[in-house]
Amino acid sequence: MHERQPEIEEAAVPAVRGRAIVITSGKGGVGKTTTTANLGTALAMRGARVALVDADIGLRNLDIVLGLESRVKHHLLDVIEGGATLDEALVPSKYTESLMLLAAAQHREKDEVPTEAMTALIERLRERFDYVLVDCPAGIEHGFRNAVAGAQEAIVVCTPEVSAVRDVDRVIGLLGNRFKPQLIVNRLRPQLVKRGKMLSVEDVNAILRLPLLGVIADEPEIIITTNKGEPLALRRDGATGAAYHAMAAKIAGEDVAAPTVEARESFFGRVGAFFGGKA
Amino acid sequence: MIEFLKRLFGPSDSGATAKQRLQLVLMTDHLALAPEMIEAMKRELVEVISRYVEVDREKVEVDFERHDHALAMMANVPILGVARPSERAPERAPEAPAPVLAAEPVAAGPQPLQQRKRRKKAQRAPA
Repeated sequence: MHERQPEIEEAAVPAVRGRAIVITSGKGGVGKTTTTANLGTALAMRGARVALVDADIGLRNLDIVLGLESRVKHHLLDVIEGGATLDEALVPSKYTESLMLLAAAQHREKDEVPTEAMTALIERLRERFDYVLVDCPAGIEHGFRNAVAGAQEAIVVCTPEVSAVRDVDRVIGLLGNRFKPQLIVNRLRPQLVKRGKMLSVEDVNAILRLPLLGVIADEPEIIITTNKGEPLALRRDGATGAAYHAMAAKIAGEDVAAPTVEARESFFGRVGAFFGGKA
Repeated sequence: MIEFLKRLFGPSDSGATAKQRLQLVLMTDHLALAPEMIEAMKRELVEVISRYVEVDREKVEVDFERHDHALAMMANVPILGVARPSERAPERAPEAPAPVLAAEPVAAGPQPLQQRKRRKKAQRAPA
């Protein structure tokens, strides 16, 4: 790019920069933060250096999901405004070496973050980490634009609901072609899909038409692990943990088989389906 | 009877309902986000109709109406004049059927071209 000899400062920048991936959805409450925490954990467990950035200024949550709420001393705006260095603000994960969190400012407004500053911050993180996952706030306003600004890739999280798909459709339109968005269908209930009472992954993606990164079933263990502040992906043995690890492998460029979520119906579920199910 | 049984054994698949509602809502969303596409469609629509009848271009209205299960385009195209049938001739697009023949039911399946031409001639002769 530069024809002239690079100056010393430029030469100090590593040639290979990490990938900044924004995790977004438009609609709130579909599981962006949980997805960010688990994907970050799974990527870090593969040995990658991962920074998780909570871009939801004013509604900080990623620290809670990671169980790091008591360790956050500085936040993203501190770094941008010079109140703290990046090293002071980055909080290491309790469980996973090489995973670090940059928390959002809790008592500030999204509008206070200039987009250029946000982009510059993500660039700095890309110099030090293999992956920078940005947890995007709900909505499509300033906070969304900021979260997206520094990213090169996007992962959209969608639940099998009319409202969520509609919002993701809008977000895809706003993202354009630049971010190569991939889809995670979250909170799928295979039993309901089987009985025709929920949109299937195929239904959702017939509309969104994105490369499918993965499918996460609606499991109680996600709520339990979130309660404890221990990302589910710390364990690979369960179906959901394995699904996050499969997604991480796919992000890393491995050829992973197409994700499936089996309907594991309980006896009572079957009885219910037999009597009250499909008309 | 089937309806009664359906009602007795629970509602029909709500997943299918969700799918249908989603498709409809997205069609409406996409239309709302593409005013220039609607304008382009309106222009072409007027152009096609104008080949056959004289249209009041200023007063053409195109609207989209949403019903429970479908989206419909409603076009209001005021017609200023219709030429006498004998004066009408396809000015453009020779592929398109002449207005007189437009009412002819479209034959199902492919038809040899020659045969179709002959039929056209046969129809035109008595007129």
